[in-house]
Amino acid sequence: MSAVGQLGAATAAPPAKTERSGRRFTAYLLLLPGGLWLLLFFVVPLVSLLAASLYDPNGSIESGFKMTWHFQNFADAMSDYARPFGRSLWYSLITTVFCLVLGYPLAYAIAMKAGRWKNLMLALVIAPFFTSFLIRTLSWKLLLSDNGFVVDALKWLHILGPDGRLLATTAAVVTGLTYNFLPFMVLPLYASLERIDPRLIEAGGDLFAGPLTTFRTVTLPLSMPGVVAGTLLTFIPAAGDYINAQLLGTPKQRMIGNDIQRLFAAGAYPTAAALSVTLMAAIVVLVLFYVRRAGTEELV
Amino acid sequence: MTMPATSPTSPPRSGPETSPTPRSGDLVLTGISKDFGGQRAVDNLDLTVPEGAFFALLGPSGCGKTTTLRMVAGLEEPSAGRIRLGEREITRLRPYKRPVNTVFQNYALFPHLDIFENIAFGLKRRGVKDFKPKVDEMLDLVELGGYGKRRPGQLSGGQQQRVALARALINRPQVLLLDEPLGALDLKLRRQMQLELKRIQTEVGITFVHVTHDQEEAMTMADTIAVMNAGVIEQMGTPTELYDLPATTFVANFLGQSNLVRATIIGQADQNLVVDVHGRKVTVPLPRCRVTEGDVWMGVRPEKVFLARAGTEQSNGANQLRGAVVTDVSYVGVSTQYLARLPWDQELTVFEQNTGARDTFTVGDAVDLHWQPSHTFVLDAEQDARAGVEKVDDPGGAG
Repeated sequence: MSAVGQLGAATAAPPAKTERSGRRFTAYLLLLPGGLWLLLFFVVPLVSLLAASLYDPNGSIESGFKMTWHFQNFADAMSDYARPFGRSLWYSLITTVFCLVLGYPLAYAIAMKAGRWKNLMLALVIAPFFTSFLIRTLSWKLLLSDNGFVVDALKWLHILGPDGRLLATTAAVVTGLTYNFLPFMVLPLYASLERIDPRLIEAGGDLFAGPLTTFRTVTLPLSMPGVVAGTLLTFIPAAGDYINAQLLGTPKQRMIGNDIQRLFAAGAYPTAAALSVTLMAAIVVLVLFYVRRAGTEELV
Repeated sequence: MTMPATSPTSPPRSGPETSPTPRSGDLVLTGISKDFGGQRAVDNLDLTVPEGAFFALLGPSGCGKTTTLRMVAGLEEPSAGRIRLGEREITRLRPYKRPVNTVFQNYALFPHLDIFENIAFGLKRRGVKDFKPKVDEMLDLVELGGYGKRRPGQLSGGQQQRVALARALINRPQVLLLDEPLGALDLKLRRQMQLELKRIQTEVGITFVHVTHDQEEAMTMADTIAVMNAGVIEQMGTPTELYDLPATTFVANFLGQSNLVRATIIGQADQNLVVDVHGRKVTVPLPRCRVTEGDVWMGVRPEKVFLARAGTEQSNGANQLRGAVVTDVSYVGVSTQYLARLPWDQELTVFEQNTGARDTFTVGDAVDLHWQPSHTFVLDAEQDARAGVEKVDDPGGAG
């Protein structure tokens, strides 16, 4: 491509100059609306968040905040909120693992085996998005409630003790998270599995690899871009989620999102901002490390 | 039209294709059929590929040749029939348990592995420990030494083709299957790879079964060709046999070009049949006739026909059709291709070598056509005279 471009530029030198700067101008023009939008609604809030994390913690909404480069905010926030912070990362990690374990076979079945049911099955994966996130989580609250039929059935089967419950447990929060983020795992997995040339899988069989070996040596490595995309799309939003912990858990299950929300609502901006920045930084570091290790850059 | 026909009339050849008793490594297909949702892709096929042969399955797209190949590879299960490899029945054997490897169309190289790993794949799966020298040897055989660390995407089409070949050959399969292996290459590279493949086959001595829609490719490489059409084998034999004495109009047209003229058999003289071609008598040696009475197609290849100015040459035992007019002349360097219209308004094609020894003609010249009776053949008139004529818009590709 670039060679052809250079060739074209070289052969048609004199008139090409204005034409090329014109083209470059068009490219900038196309970038402008999106760029402005990002500047206004991403860069500006981000800078203001970073600034807020360094405000004097003794200020309040009424008296205003002073910028004092108070780095101590981070240390204080982490000493007070280390547990929910760690819990958030832990919950989102197991959520991601559950989503992968449930989502991979599902995506595989849709991509490779569904035949004419493929589109219907994909539609069913996307169907939950027709209802709001909040409503769906509230339905889970009903489903898992102490006098709901799920608890009754489990008690009758003696899987759950006589005063056992599902709601307000860690299991409920992780179940809710897994349910809510499963489509974000399935869709990228489906996209990467769908793209695999079936002849590559046949070639595995032709070269003495049984079905399991072919999966391990051909299908799985080729679907790694989907695994990476799916786990990121699940892990990152799950780590910041607070709806599931709020509706399906108790204060014992609260995640860092719940604390940030509560602190912002209470007007403790510097601490809330410091927690947000720390979460962001932690996720960026984890993701960079993970993508490095997964080594998918040579695949795409 | 089920004919496991090596030409029944020509003298038996010493080639492997006529050996009567199956040898230890022969690939034998018996009564193989394959249906895809009511569509019959392969119809009751009988086929024996002798051990060590370079065997071509030749036919147009959709004739069932690729399906046949995939059944041998185990990637498709036959609806009926049996496949044997030597003494071993492999009809229902899983692909990874067959001593058969495939060079796929568009190669199907693993994009996540480098060239070395691609070639080593089969050996590793079979638990071969000391695979490195074998892989290096293979890389040298296909002239890609030093390319081991590259990825398939960094190689040209011709190089990828050779990697696909090496990846299959390194396993020393009893049969190597090649599915349109040269289809994605440009003409020049294809010619070069044809010779290369032939060289490698001679070197390793493994049975090659090669599926192609390119008749020239099949004739260049294979020592036996089976011409397939609509799920059945029309004719099988050496390239020379097929070209010299086609058994059906399909083979006559698909393998090279033929002039087919409507005729009627009117009698026999010695070992020749006498045929009436629109009022002129033409003789054909008896062994070259697929039918011996009634209406027939009289056929002759364009390069076997000589043109002469009207009335200037005597027959001397040659077949003649007089009173033609040249309607088209194309000069193509080594030869000149003429179209000559005969009195019954049919145009025949004539290729004249540009040796300088014979006259050249221009459009409108009155000419006679001469050719040897031993170059004439006679086919059943029931068949479509246009069967197998290459269509200009034929996309080729998967069969």
